[in-house]
Amino acid sequence: MSSPSAPPPTPSPPSPMKEAGARSTTRLGDRIFSGLSKGSGIALLVIMAAIAVFLAIRAGIAIAADEGNFLTTFEWDANADPPRFGIAVLLFGTVVSSVIAMVLAVPVAVGIALFISHYAPRRLATPLAYVVDLLAAVPSIVYGLWGALYLVPRMTGPFQWLDDVLGWTGVFAYDGTPARSLMTVGLLLAVMILPIITSVTREVFLQTPKANQEAALALGATRWEVIRMTVLPFGRSGVISASMLGLGRALGETMAVATVLSPSFLINASLLESGGGTFAQNIASQFKEAGSMGRDALIASGLVLFLLTLLVNGAARLIIARRKEYSGANA
Amino acid sequence: MSGTTVPADEEASRGPAVGRVALRRPRLPGWSLAALALGSVAVGTGVGLVARLDSRGQWGLIAALVFVGATFALSASVEGRRHAVDRLAAVLVWACFIVAMVPLASLVWETVARGIPGVSWYFLTHSMNGVLSWQEGGGIYHAILGTVEQVLLASVIAIPLGLLTAVYLVEYGRGRLARAITFFVDVMTGIPSIVAGLFVLSLWIMMLDFGYSGFAGAMALAILMVPIVVRSTEEMLKLVPNELREASLAMGVPKWRTILKVVLPTAIGGITTGVMLALARIAGETAPIILLVFGNNMINGNPFEGAQSSLPLYVYEQWGFGTEQAFDRAWAAAAVLIAFVMILNLVARGIARWKAPSGGR
Repeated sequence: MSSPSAPPPTPSPPSPMKEAGARSTTRLGDRIFSGLSKGSGIALLVIMAAIAVFLAIRAGIAIAADEGNFLTTFEWDANADPPRFGIAVLLFGTVVSSVIAMVLAVPVAVGIALFISHYAPRRLATPLAYVVDLLAAVPSIVYGLWGALYLVPRMTGPFQWLDDVLGWTGVFAYDGTPARSLMTVGLLLAVMILPIITSVTREVFLQTPKANQEAALALGATRWEVIRMTVLPFGRSGVISASMLGLGRALGETMAVATVLSPSFLINASLLESGGGTFAQNIASQFKEAGSMGRDALIASGLVLFLLTLLVNGAARLIIARRKEYSGANA
Repeated sequence: MSGTTVPADEEASRGPAVGRVALRRPRLPGWSLAALALGSVAVGTGVGLVARLDSRGQWGLIAALVFVGATFALSASVEGRRHAVDRLAAVLVWACFIVAMVPLASLVWETVARGIPGVSWYFLTHSMNGVLSWQEGGGIYHAILGTVEQVLLASVIAIPLGLLTAVYLVEYGRGRLARAITFFVDVMTGIPSIVAGLFVLSLWIMMLDFGYSGFAGAMALAILMVPIVVRSTEEMLKLVPNELREASLAMGVPKWRTILKVVLPTAIGGITTGVMLALARIAGETAPIILLVFGNNMINGNPFEGAQSSLPLYVYEQWGFGTEQAFDRAWAAAAVLIAFVMILNLVARGIARWKAPSGGR
């Protein structure tokens, strides 16, 4: 009997419940409708739980049969008779490519958000915001195709240059093979998560109280000082949570990585040379050849990915939830 | 008094001006920046020509660095350090914008330029049946059919579930359950599509032993679609003014009829927009389709039985063949896919603009 507690008009909570029998027809409709809507809400929770449970069951089967160590083995022979596989390389590749993407994308995204909210001429700002939102809708396979056929051939030059300048570090060593490496993947992921980080960050920046900005201006601050003193401190948690939403996208991205990366089960010290892999990419590329055990193994790696993104997204949402003013409507 | 107080540090350094107060400090005229830009382009081109740098990107980079440095130096000497920093920040923000637009513009341009020549009536109306990877010809009819069927099935599952959940959250939900649902809907938005695919794989195909089918893919797509529908519908329902609900309830209309006849119709424009954006989003998903629909070169119009194809999967397969002919087909299909998604987006935003004010009046 939760129906009479309408959200705003709640001046009469308990009294009508006494005469419930009198108007049973309308009550029945109310009960069915509220039951349906509550039921679908609960169904969502059940789906979330089911995802975790079913992945965990299959993962359990796979990990029990695993001859190697699931966390530290540098191999993926899930279809061999004693299956040996481990996620070390995948975890490394996933984290490294996502971190590269974050390092490249977040500063640029903050710049674009500032551009749209505070620098661009007003007549330009609205269509620009619109275009950024449209770009967020481009399917990932198209990014993947572009990355593999357009970006990869063009990365050889810059990578050669990085090798000349920073090759001595080992991290930026480059052997001149096609640039299908974690670095290229990170760059492509950065391009892909730019729109989402930009649009969330822009929303937060636009909500900076006008009074604060005008006060700063009245004290003689330049535009940059206004931004540094009012906009950035106000939007800091928004920027953090937007970045984490972007990170969640980058961690789980499948197609763009599967098309660009030339995978291997070795961790290559150099980010510019091919090798490595990510969870999602490994699942997509290995699936067609996988037998029954192979699938269970892939599901086990998928469970790790699920937990990883759950952690990142949950944290992002908690940060957002602490500031009620901001609603992540289009996130 | 007004000019002297704030920028005290620099006012003090310009000793002789103490007598008469300078209300305005010197500013760079507008043409000076244009002149600087032209000069830097000239320097970049000059250095590029002299040092024989082959990439135009390097010329541009040199020109940009010269421009940033020169602007900062000139502004610092004429306008003071604070204004120089301000100009530097403005230049960097503009640079961020341009740097980001280059790959995004290139992506759209490449897809259109390489894809459009391959799109023809034949391409849209034929399948890949019997076409080998190195051959010309073939088409995407089977893929379009698959995508449309899977997306429609997914929305049949996801739209009622999403709408009802949003209604619950806005109109009924209180307390811990509503908060848990809100949180998990948010978290669900971030589920990687491949994980949704793995879930349906483990439940539907491995446990219940059904085969690959369009419907299996549609279930995974529905999992991805529901949270988007919930979020956007929730936002729209919150915009419906309470006066409307109160007026309806005061006339003795039961609550469920109030929701169905007053609240939902008022917000229908925004809800439609949200649903179409969600459709556009799932139409481009590839990962769950690989796991659940499997791919098929022939036309299979039955989404409940047998492997199908879909546009994103088609692009991925053609890319995988690695021949020029297959690449051409991949680009053409990508162009069709982008056009499909963009049309959905534009129509959705058109509806939003057309129907927008009804909620806020």
